[in-house]
Amino acid sequence: MSSGLYNTHKIDFDTTLDLTRLKPYGDTMNDGKVQTSFTLPVKDDERGEEAARQIAKKMGLDEPNVAFHTALDEEFTFYVVYGSCVHTVNYEDIHVITVESDTMDMETTNDYIRENIGRKVVMLGASTGTDAHTVGIDAIMNRKGFAGHYGLERYDMIEALNMGSQVLNEDFIKKALEIHADVLLVSQTVTQKDVHIQNLTNLIELLEAEGLRDKFIVCCGGPRITHELAKELGYDAGFGAGKYADDVASFAVTEMVKRGMK
Amino acid sequence: MESKLGLNIELVNQARESAARVAADVQGFIDQHTTVTVERAVCRLLGIDGVNDMDVPMPNVVVDHLLASSMLPAGAAWAIGNAMIETGKDPQGVAEAVDAGEIDLSKLPAHSDEEIRAVITPVVNATMERINKNVRERNEFLKEFGDKEGPYLYIIVATGNIYEDIIQAKAGAKQGADIIAVIRTTGQSLLDYVPYGATTEGFGGTYATQENFRLMREALDEVGKEQKRYIRLCNYCSGLCMPEIAAMGALERLDVMLNDALYGILFRDINMQRTIVDQYFSRVINGYAGVIINTGEDNYLTTDDAITAAHTVLASQFLNEAFAKEAGMREEQMGLGHAFEMDPSVENTFLYELAQAQMAREIFPKAPLKYMPPTKFMTGNIFRGHIQDALFNMITILTGQKLQLLGMMTEAIHTPFMSDRALAIENAQYIFRTMKDLGGELIYKEGGIIRTRANEVLTKAADLLKEIEDLGLFTTIEKGIFADVKRPKDGGKGLAGVVVKDDKYFNPFIEVMKGRVAE
Repeated sequence: MSSGLYNTHKIDFDTTLDLTRLKPYGDTMNDGKVQTSFTLPVKDDERGEEAARQIAKKMGLDEPNVAFHTALDEEFTFYVVYGSCVHTVNYEDIHVITVESDTMDMETTNDYIRENIGRKVVMLGASTGTDAHTVGIDAIMNRKGFAGHYGLERYDMIEALNMGSQVLNEDFIKKALEIHADVLLVSQTVTQKDVHIQNLTNLIELLEAEGLRDKFIVCCGGPRITHELAKELGYDAGFGAGKYADDVASFAVTEMVKRGMK
Repeated sequence: MESKLGLNIELVNQARESAARVAADVQGFIDQHTTVTVERAVCRLLGIDGVNDMDVPMPNVVVDHLLASSMLPAGAAWAIGNAMIETGKDPQGVAEAVDAGEIDLSKLPAHSDEEIRAVITPVVNATMERINKNVRERNEFLKEFGDKEGPYLYIIVATGNIYEDIIQAKAGAKQGADIIAVIRTTGQSLLDYVPYGATTEGFGGTYATQENFRLMREALDEVGKEQKRYIRLCNYCSGLCMPEIAAMGALERLDVMLNDALYGILFRDINMQRTIVDQYFSRVINGYAGVIINTGEDNYLTTDDAITAAHTVLASQFLNEAFAKEAGMREEQMGLGHAFEMDPSVENTFLYELAQAQMAREIFPKAPLKYMPPTKFMTGNIFRGHIQDALFNMITILTGQKLQLLGMMTEAIHTPFMSDRALAIENAQYIFRTMKDLGGELIYKEGGIIRTRANEVLTKAADLLKEIEDLGLFTTIEKGIFADVKRPKDGGKGLAGVVVKDDKYFNPFIEVMKGRVAE
């Protein structure tokens, strides 16, 4: 492509790092270089290439370079595009609330429970309300786990019960009392019209109304759940995408010990 | 084929015999029992279809009625045949009358077996003719276009919307895919019914319905004619409806179906008695319809460590082979599974993978082996992921795997984009082209890592099968010997749908399908 193998561009920007104006880094500070690839539902021709370039510009990529394009079907074309991002963010102003516990692997968690709690920890999980999706709770609880992280059912020192989907909050609490659960795990996948927020709030309200809130560590999870949102709604922790059984287990058992639950 | 691994043939024979005895031991149980989904599959094959006003599938309407009135032990064929004589209606008419509350199948006078056979046989024959015609169509396509030599490139579509799936599948076929699998929506395996009609909503996949099967079949035939290749269609029998989905597959000319004898028990907590009865009829149907089954050994490796649990894969392959033989299936239809799932950070794992794949090839020489790509150690680093998939593709071409489930660099991130699939196909084609005959040039050093590894795994698998043979399959699973999963004999889902057959019972489809392939 026109830029050649070596970067011969004259650098006409300030190359000192300024964390209040943070940009992607290619090979020179503040060059803003990013790579992206995408498909457009159009023919593979010059017009499509120009469309890809314009899309890249609208994404904030200056001097977009369509490095590669190929037809995936008559009316679908794949593009690999490089460009310089024009946007910056203020890194100094960024504050993130995260779950504060070091994630332990399965065996370490088992040992931790043996040493600090001295009995099996009972965890109850469900996809509550009208939500029919079990993919989230299954990923955390089923033996098979997800992405190479074993599920809670596989932990020797955890008694895990997965109630599946569409479990009413009332039934969930009833089951929690019946099996003497220590930890409640609620999964919410459907977030249309904020139905998950109403449902999550409802569970905490029910627990509080019955004076049960302090008996359990209560966590929620799902692709649109953040720890910050969970805390706001009265949960002990929230787990979003990229969190696995080991994250959940580590948090829950350390929290139990912190609170002196035995 | 000459063994490149110097496998101990006596040990192979011993393992195979152990597996055969395990399957034969369970077959007695299977022959005495039927299940709700076996009988719903019979209903479907008798032409009962559609849903009632409450969206309950008509096969469920009939079988729920039979179960409630303690008629299920005689089987759906007997009850429907009896009602056909009494009412003069066809099976669908009988089902509708049951739904409307017009007839109670348990209150009808019982006719003789001969009379019942006489009304049922023409219906059975009509269905068999439909399945025969499907198989003839497949054979004609294969004759006209020829069948692919080398690995079949197998890709999945999973948008949740069958019409969107069709767009993706057609694009994939044009890029070079040979098999399109439509992943099912999360949780379908635990539904004790098969949803009806074309569907446009699903999560992580698309409902397996007969109409969705038909729509995709039509689309693949269209693109196949254009590309002058036969594009195979794959779906999933696993779950609580194994034989029903196999029946739908036979009626709509599916070519490949996931069908593992033990998967539902171990990984979906379906009751073992239920699954073991269900898998039998579903395999009889798959066998007759010329479907290649895929078994799910790859799942052992996502829950367990692929290096230390390699022998459980081989043991399961022997068991799946034995159960398929009990169902009368030919070896050429046994897509026994395994996977490339060893930890990339461990030295020499490529050699172990090579040993495992070559061993499966030599032990099951006629089976179109299904090889699954890396998933467990895919991290979201798409760049490394693409290389992991390349190593996987190399093993495939070196060892003659047949159903190559293409690895996606975006595994563990999202269901594949159209471009992910195109890049995966390009990766596989590049390796299959440039290394086409490399396998034939290689021999493995006597006493070397690869030969030693294969024989170690074989020895452990043979020992494990011996242990299972002594314990029996049900006790083995109860003790958690497989995949470290313990399942009680009376636990799990679907046990209520298992009944002991009475002496009136007959399944007219097993009688005509078992041990045969449609022509």
